[in-house]
Amino acid sequence: MVVAENITASSRTLLDSEPAPKPRNMGQIIRWLVLFLGGILMVMPIAYMISTSLKWPHEVYNVNLIPEEPTLDNYAFVLEDGRFYLWFLNSGIIATITTISNLLFDSLVGYTLCKFRFPGRMIVFIAILSTLMIPTEMLVIPWYLMSQSFGWLDSYWGIMFPGLMTGFGTFLMKQFFESVPDDFIEAARIDGLNELQIWWTVAMPLVKPALAALAIFVFLGNWTAFLWPLIVTNSTEMYTIPVGLSGFGDEADVAWELIMTGAAISTIPTLVVFLIFQRFIIRGVVMAGLKG
Amino acid sequence: MTLYRNLTIGQKQIVWAWAFLAIPVLFYVVIRFYPTGTAIVISFQEWNLLGSRSWTGLDNYKKLWHDPVFWKVFRNTFAYLLLGTPVSLIVSFVIAYHLDKLRFMHGFLRMLYFLPFMTSAVAMAWVWRWFYQAVPIGLFNNILAGFGIAQIEFLNSTTHALPAVLAPAVWAGLGFQIIIFMAGIRAIPTSYYEAAKIDGVGWWMVLTQITIPLLRPTIVFIVVFSSIGFLRIFDHVFNMTTGNPGGPLNATKPLVLMIYDTAFTGFDMGYAAAQTVVLFTILLVVSLIQLRLLKSN
Repeated sequence: MVVAENITASSRTLLDSEPAPKPRNMGQIIRWLVLFLGGILMVMPIAYMISTSLKWPHEVYNVNLIPEEPTLDNYAFVLEDGRFYLWFLNSGIIATITTISNLLFDSLVGYTLCKFRFPGRMIVFIAILSTLMIPTEMLVIPWYLMSQSFGWLDSYWGIMFPGLMTGFGTFLMKQFFESVPDDFIEAARIDGLNELQIWWTVAMPLVKPALAALAIFVFLGNWTAFLWPLIVTNSTEMYTIPVGLSGFGDEADVAWELIMTGAAISTIPTLVVFLIFQRFIIRGVVMAGLKG
Repeated sequence: MTLYRNLTIGQKQIVWAWAFLAIPVLFYVVIRFYPTGTAIVISFQEWNLLGSRSWTGLDNYKKLWHDPVFWKVFRNTFAYLLLGTPVSLIVSFVIAYHLDKLRFMHGFLRMLYFLPFMTSAVAMAWVWRWFYQAVPIGLFNNILAGFGIAQIEFLNSTTHALPAVLAPAVWAGLGFQIIIFMAGIRAIPTSYYEAAKIDGVGWWMVLTQITIPLLRPTIVFIVVFSSIGFLRIFDHVFNMTTGNPGGPLNATKPLVLMIYDTAFTGFDMGYAAAQTVVLFTILLVVSLIQLRLLKSN
């Protein structure tokens, strides 16, 4: 009896003490609120870009975030002459082809450097690694001269040839192929597969997450690339989205609602892709960041 | 084919390896190494793209040394580095440190901070350029006016323009650094923290004696990565100052913009190539110093 009373008493004090707010929880709430406000502040530029693209010209200079009478007129106006469609298409084609090329070649080279023993292996590896130290800006002048003499200026090939393979991608893939057991490759060899088949059907499926991470980086990098496309393109039809937008901004002068619309058109696709594949992309960024 | 069949397994491997590497090696030689050599060669020549090339020895480098614009640009480039790197490092660490301790809507908060990383620099440069305009156009000055605070000349000021151009570059990079920091923090074994808890060590000691020292590799990566980015800043500056490239009195002009202007507006290829060699040297020296400093101990 005494024991039972003691238990009920202690359980009562436990129950009573529970609703009292612990100072640690209070700290967590403040921490959450501050980080939430900071996060809202972080997305404000994107929010204002989209909100202004939906405003009528007379409302653009108001600081309210929600447009009073939302309109798609700006989009209709900006898309009317078809240039944005063309730039969109150009960027899409270039980013896609460059991504595929990087996925194939970077992984093939990474695989070869990781799994084969042959004379010259170290030299090739160090040479490719050292290209990471060469800044693009140093190469644009020679690339321009090269494009000029081969007639590559103002063409898809001219825009994308410098990025078809990257030292970063090769190094990243080499790191990931380290985790593929040599036994798998040996077993495939005994089964009579040739080396190309082994790479494609045995090794590649095992590094799919790394390939996805590389694809994200290469695509985003080429979608937003500015300096080289600006240099190598001359005609409006060959512009990529960033180059076209840059010229459009100058042309639209003070029509900020139109500039914001152009900016939104170039940004929304990557934002949508991110929102759909969020977890996946963040994991990819971490993998590429830590291993690369 | 019979020739191939007669090879040993080791020899076959060599054949396959070089077959796989043939095209990539050609690519790296023609598209990376040969142009690097060309850039260095052109830096010792005088060439306006149309006429003939002529050797001028060190003239381009001497010209650079005596060019007041170059020294202004040199200072600007390092101002971007010395402001941008510490600010983004500290802000992203503080956010990552606290975000790591939250579970409620963690994914949502992380998404808010990461979203700017997915934007394009050109698009966001134009958005921020609009924010910086004077009353009644620009958002920032309109907000300031709403509170009755005096206007700030952002992009037209010789002193405020550089930080104003830098802000969107820092903003866009924060999300990436936060994610990398959080991954680094997660990788620290919890046994360290448990031991500290048993010993009754305060949070400040835990932070400075456990968390930060164990994050050294992450910090090295972020510092080197972001420094290279700030030294090569171009997209933001170009797009926020079209019409007046480099801002008032070249207040915002970084080295890459000077290279672009010299090469593709002035067509002074030799002089521009010399500037690219200087950029290359700066990047190399800064990365090596940072790796040295941060990797010691």
